[in-house]
Amino acid sequence: MTDASPLLRVRGLNAWYGESHALHGVDLDVSRGETVTLLGRNGVGKTTTLRAIMGLIRKRTGEIAFEGQDLMRIPLHRTAHSGIGFVPEERGIFATLTVDENLLLPPVVAEGGMSVEEIFDLFPNLKFRRNSQGTKLSGGEQQMLAIARMLRTGVKMLLLDEPTEGLAPVIVQRIGELLATLKARGMTILLVEQNFRFASRIADRFYLMEHGKVVGAFPVGELPLQMTRLHEVLGV
Amino acid sequence: MTMIFGIPIQAFLGQLLVGLINGSFYAMLSLGLAVIFGLLRVINFAHGAQYMFGAFVGYLLLTYLGIGYWPALILAPLVVGIFGMVVERLALSKLYSIDPLYGLLFTFGLAQVIEGIFRYYYGVSGQPYSAPVQLGGGVNLGFMFLPVYRGWVVVASLIVCLGTWILIEKTRLGSYLRAATENPTLVQAFGVNVPLLLTLTYGLGSALAGFAGILAAPVYQVSPLMGSDLIIVVFAVVVVGGMGSILGAIVTGYMLGLAEGLTKVFYPEASNLVVFVIMAVVLLVRPAGLFGRDA
Repeated sequence: MTDASPLLRVRGLNAWYGESHALHGVDLDVSRGETVTLLGRNGVGKTTTLRAIMGLIRKRTGEIAFEGQDLMRIPLHRTAHSGIGFVPEERGIFATLTVDENLLLPPVVAEGGMSVEEIFDLFPNLKFRRNSQGTKLSGGEQQMLAIARMLRTGVKMLLLDEPTEGLAPVIVQRIGELLATLKARGMTILLVEQNFRFASRIADRFYLMEHGKVVGAFPVGELPLQMTRLHEVLGV
Repeated sequence: MTMIFGIPIQAFLGQLLVGLINGSFYAMLSLGLAVIFGLLRVINFAHGAQYMFGAFVGYLLLTYLGIGYWPALILAPLVVGIFGMVVERLALSKLYSIDPLYGLLFTFGLAQVIEGIFRYYYGVSGQPYSAPVQLGGGVNLGFMFLPVYRGWVVVASLIVCLGTWILIEKTRLGSYLRAATENPTLVQAFGVNVPLLLTLTYGLGSALAGFAGILAAPVYQVSPLMGSDLIIVVFAVVVVGGMGSILGAIVTGYMLGLAEGLTKVFYPEASNLVVFVIMAVVLLVRPAGLFGRDA
């Protein structure tokens, strides 16, 4: 495999919730070390795209390849082992587990993940609360924990679904710094984000989605040129 | 003669001991049901049959292979656990995607089949199974005579309950289990083989029933109906404790055993009813059970 080929390659991805056809042929690429953001209004299929890539939606057709490996054919619990970590929109912190147990829950899938000490250096407030019940943390801390627990596993790519949703500006800024740190360490990130200003600070490229399809793609440098269209499509 | 509440202390403590022994079985069986229900959302109606199966494995090992009590204490839960895993893999796992009622109906049917098979070969009368010589005889505690085997039942059940509790609350495997109880899909997306976890959990629950069965063999007679007699009370225990609550199942098991024993002392006519009366009251006052989280 050459460096030119993308880490994640999605072609013609269709997905259904029951009878409802949610994705209509999504195409996207994410290269190694890149941060790519999916933009779009509510309900255009951004979250569905992440869930379909992860294999959480099984009713799907098309091609999904990660490092050349076909993700369409493997069971849900093997997807993470190919090197993708998922941070759900609802964060998925477990109430019956302590902070420590939440952190240690996802199995290590590859070498090169952070040690627990490194993670606590990055998230000092989690360290002080490691024996607390996971859901007793504040929303911001829960989001940190949801990201932190994927860093131990050695995944090469994170799928992040609206990590700033419902959080105070100061926490949003901390999460932005955190993602910048991860990016500097070589993490590949596919981000779904409503907070356009937040996304513009960390993303290398954008995909614009409408009606279950990708309708536009541009690098962060072209952002000023795209503003009019973005206002139109996003309604911001 | 020493009296307590107008009852001879021997009778009082004697019934308390009987209650504690029954409570030991309630605790182990409701624990198995709670473990299975917690993760699989299946009400395991085959639990009584699996308990009976455990006792019969002990009896058959002794009768046909000359294998005694101590190896059977390990082999019976192992056989019943493996049987449970095969059943889960081949049948129960196919039912998760449809209404939970089907899991209940399937395990109910399975119980009928297992009991029917043993009834066909062994009738309804009990087969004797004696306690090992090491646990024969009794100890005079001064105020009462304690048969050693009955003391052992209480100790063994406490060890098994505590061990299971530690496994679930304090180990890595247990944290997978608790997390999967909350959100199996996300745990699977993290890379945990949840279908395997479900199989192991059903195996563990079945093995607990098998262990209770072999432990019960020398106390009660080994009979195809021994499970169905007990399981109704155990379901009441689970309801009182709160569906799926591990600690609730254990504590409530011993508690209701003791309550039954005490009722035998003071108002023997009600002793078979008391568990169900408590269940009705708990359902009225706290529908989620004493240890259940309000859903």
